[in-house]
Amino acid sequence: MWSSCWTYSLNLSSVPGDGDSQSRWCLSQVKGAVDDDVAEADIISAVEFNHSGELLATGDRGGRIVIFQQEQESKNLPQCHAEYNVYSTFQSHEPEFDYLKSLEIEEKINKIRWLPQKNAAHFLLSTNDKTIKLWKISERDKRPEGYNLKEEDGRYRHPSSLTTLRVPVFQPMDLMVEASPRRVYANAHTYHINSISVNSDNETYLSADDLRINLWHLDFTDRSFNIVDIKPANMEELTEVITASEFHPLQCNTFVYGSSKGSVRLCDMRASALCDQHSKLFEEPEDPSTRSFFSEIISSISDVKFSHSGRYMMTRDYLTLKIWDLHMESRPVEIYQVHGYLRSKLCSLYENDCIFDKFECCWRGDDSEVMTGSYNNFFRMFDRDAQRDATLEATWENGSPGCPLKTWRVSAGSRRKRNEIGVDCLDFSRKILYTSWHPQDNIVALATVNNLYIFQEKLN
Amino acid sequence: MAGADSDDSLYPIAVLIDELRNEDVQLRLNSIKKLSTIALALGVERTRTELLPFLTDTIYDEDEVLLALAEQLGNFTMLVGGPEYVHCLLPPLESLATVEETVVRDKAVESLRKISHEHSPVDLEVHFEPLVKRLASGDWFTSRTSACGLFSVCYPRVSSTVKAEIRQHFRTLCSDDTPMVRRAAASKLGEFAKVLELEYVKSDIISLFTALASDEQDSVRLLAVEAGVSIATLLPQEDLEALVMPTLRQAAEDKSWRVRYMVADKFSDLQKAVGPEITKNDLVPAFQNLLKDCEAEVRAAAANKVKEFCENLPEDSRETIIMTHILPCVKELVSDTNQHVKSALASVIMGLSTILGKDNTIEHLLPLFLAQLKDECPEVRLNIISNLDCVNEVIGIRQLSQSLLPAIVELAEDAKWRVRLAIIEYMPLLAGQLGVEFFDEKLNSLCMAWLVDHVYAIREAATCNLMKLVEKFGAEWAQNTIVPKVLGMANDPNYLHRMTTLFCINALSEVCGQEITTKHMLPVVLKMSNDQVANVRFNVAKSLQKIGPVLDSSCLQTEVKPVLEKLASDQDMDVKYFAQEAISGEFCNCCS
Repeated sequence: MWSSCWTYSLNLSSVPGDGDSQSRWCLSQVKGAVDDDVAEADIISAVEFNHSGELLATGDRGGRIVIFQQEQESKNLPQCHAEYNVYSTFQSHEPEFDYLKSLEIEEKINKIRWLPQKNAAHFLLSTNDKTIKLWKISERDKRPEGYNLKEEDGRYRHPSSLTTLRVPVFQPMDLMVEASPRRVYANAHTYHINSISVNSDNETYLSADDLRINLWHLDFTDRSFNIVDIKPANMEELTEVITASEFHPLQCNTFVYGSSKGSVRLCDMRASALCDQHSKLFEEPEDPSTRSFFSEIISSISDVKFSHSGRYMMTRDYLTLKIWDLHMESRPVEIYQVHGYLRSKLCSLYENDCIFDKFECCWRGDDSEVMTGSYNNFFRMFDRDAQRDATLEATWENGSPGCPLKTWRVSAGSRRKRNEIGVDCLDFSRKILYTSWHPQDNIVALATVNNLYIFQEKLN
Repeated sequence: MAGADSDDSLYPIAVLIDELRNEDVQLRLNSIKKLSTIALALGVERTRTELLPFLTDTIYDEDEVLLALAEQLGNFTMLVGGPEYVHCLLPPLESLATVEETVVRDKAVESLRKISHEHSPVDLEVHFEPLVKRLASGDWFTSRTSACGLFSVCYPRVSSTVKAEIRQHFRTLCSDDTPMVRRAAASKLGEFAKVLELEYVKSDIISLFTALASDEQDSVRLLAVEAGVSIATLLPQEDLEALVMPTLRQAAEDKSWRVRYMVADKFSDLQKAVGPEITKNDLVPAFQNLLKDCEAEVRAAAANKVKEFCENLPEDSRETIIMTHILPCVKELVSDTNQHVKSALASVIMGLSTILGKDNTIEHLLPLFLAQLKDECPEVRLNIISNLDCVNEVIGIRQLSQSLLPAIVELAEDAKWRVRLAIIEYMPLLAGQLGVEFFDEKLNSLCMAWLVDHVYAIREAATCNLMKLVEKFGAEWAQNTIVPKVLGMANDPNYLHRMTTLFCINALSEVCGQEITTKHMLPVVLKMSNDQVANVRFNVAKSLQKIGPVLDSSCLQTEVKPVLEKLASDQDMDVKYFAQEAISGEFCNCCS
């Protein structure tokens, strides 16, 4: 089934000139190996631009972090933004074993978050299931030269030849980028960490696992404060887990967390030290007519993101993307169907576990558009003002860099027009879970299985 | 061996210099710590022209190396040629003041502050002040935060034009975009205010304080509280009400509990700063509110200050204020839902009795003490017991003993060994206050029971406790009450208990004196050298060594030595070892 669909799409793409189905987005770069044989460790599990957009970090299941840097000036394609090239690669997490609980701790990077820049170096937080680390990425272009008792190549000089003292001198050298671990925040989570988020006060951050949220000071690794704890006294009474959490971008005392039941709670840290009592609950009343076995699973929040302005909040559940006004708890102000056509396929998606996929979502720099991923290497863009949406495909096979992406349609019926694909032909093994939008420019980065795609809007 | 023209004395210095760039951090650190030796060997000229430029570029190193470097440079003035050249130290410290690690930056600022005093007024304006300006207008907030700590040291010593510039820079940093810098400015605001002329305190500092105290970031507002306290001490009484109090009042009612916590935490300082009138009118109601705060952290911080606050109330109205305003809140806190609040209160509440005197204590405080002695949380009970001395002075401890005893017994038998440990530590104090009769009657059996506790730490503490009790009650008391019981345990079937006998003897022999040791304890120890458990036997050897100094030498020769010699040929390796140790230790020192 997979291969026949693929051929079909190739045929479609060779049809020339279809103005309507062209988007303003074009492929900029693809990173990662192109062969079909993908090592588990190479599967990307996090994508994140830094606050200036100059750097782009990816984390993978092998515990590695690769940082790409945007080139200063693009010479060859003046109409395009500069390319991103590898800046630094390092091993952030190693596989570990918890001997007390007989549990393997995977090295997979669950989240990456950049810190606001504080000096010439860059800092990021990375986390696997249990341990959060603070990394410093810095440049070095000088090194000391001159020894008293040996030559620069290491040969020893006889002490008797010592007639005068020599102080080493720094000499220029080729630029070297170093990543060094600065802090390790460990042993605070019993369950798997799903989110980390840096506070706007620049000195604290939160980390959330299935049942608890902890607050850390960046300078202290030996203590954190528990600010949310939803663990019931009896674990058999557990009905809900925390799935995502984020700080408000401007208000230092506000954070939200989403749950597996589809609700989002907003907490005010001013009110009390322990935020078990939320101050707002964003929840949409369930529609009894569509209730099914899968209702709760598909309403689980897989990601929650504040808009840059701090006025809105976006939540992603399995089938939809919802935008909430922080002033209105009763219902979202906008709802976007990401792939509503899957509603009829929930049974098979449950069987192959796809229904538990956790899709991320992201805002455009000016909050006017949002993006999230889907299956078959499709990703969805929603223009909030124009109420327009597009389905685009992350692929390098039918277009060269700079060539506009065409838009797709997924149809339920058997008859297909150009640029249409049947629901049954979708490849569920190829999914786009992780996405990030450049904070200022219209550049997006997203991860397919082991490839990083960078797309950009055409500049005129 | 050395060549004719080489200098032997250079070698160690050459090693130190080379190790400045060794791969091993420990060696680098070592070299940095001996930087003064290197500088001395190089001489002032080469230190200035070669060593300092090298150090300026060394900011890639590990934090601990940078920290040591920042500290060293603060004491480097003489090594670069004295105050005349002290400005040469500015470049390396400037680069250290921009690193991301807070401790390093703080140390660099500390050293900069230190050497600022060694600048002549001219150098201060030519070299130091421009550095402060560079840092203050740096691109990265690390440098701007460092600048905040330097204004106050150069301000008093520069011309009035430069002073105006410095004030302007400080103003700018107080409204910096990043909260990091605003926090640094807020934390240095009080210090800066102290060096400013009073007119500028009123015109500049007050407005900055007001702005920082209403910052959108909680972390900035809470630092402004402390600044407010410093500023209040600078202003004349008549200006306080108009300039500072509105802001402080607002802080005490801030929406964020962290800010209110800070107010509670600084309450005693605040009270001293604003004086008796404002305390009566403003702080008393504010304190009441903090004691009733909805956040437990705030209540606990305020509860901690109850005694200090009451002590510092103006004498003429102290009692009335406490009785009518504070005590009702305190009563409520005794039954607070949060145990940290209760235990914070328990640690200070006893202090109120000295302030209120005998009658009020009996009538009003005693019921509270008794309630806390029965609290479900052991920490609360412990805190009450640990402060019994305050009450003892005022009403005597007998008033409490009825409730005290059950509380002590319960703590003594608490399931958590740390709680048991804590109460043991108070035993000598209690014994002193309750007197020997009460002790023998009620507490002695507890002290003995701890000797056979199943946790080693408790048994160990119990032995130590016995020693302290004997110090209090004397050797005769020991002989009559505890020594027989301790020695009785020597026949216990459990070898751990038999060892406890030995540990007790170790602890008690010196306080009990030669007679009791020789007559009663030594025979038991000697007899135990035949114990079937090797651990007991080698502890016999250790004990004999320990009590040796208390015994006379004839006894050592005739009784101790044969036993040790027998143990020295024991089958067990450890027994042999400790017996030999004892023989060599004892008989070399004492008999030679």
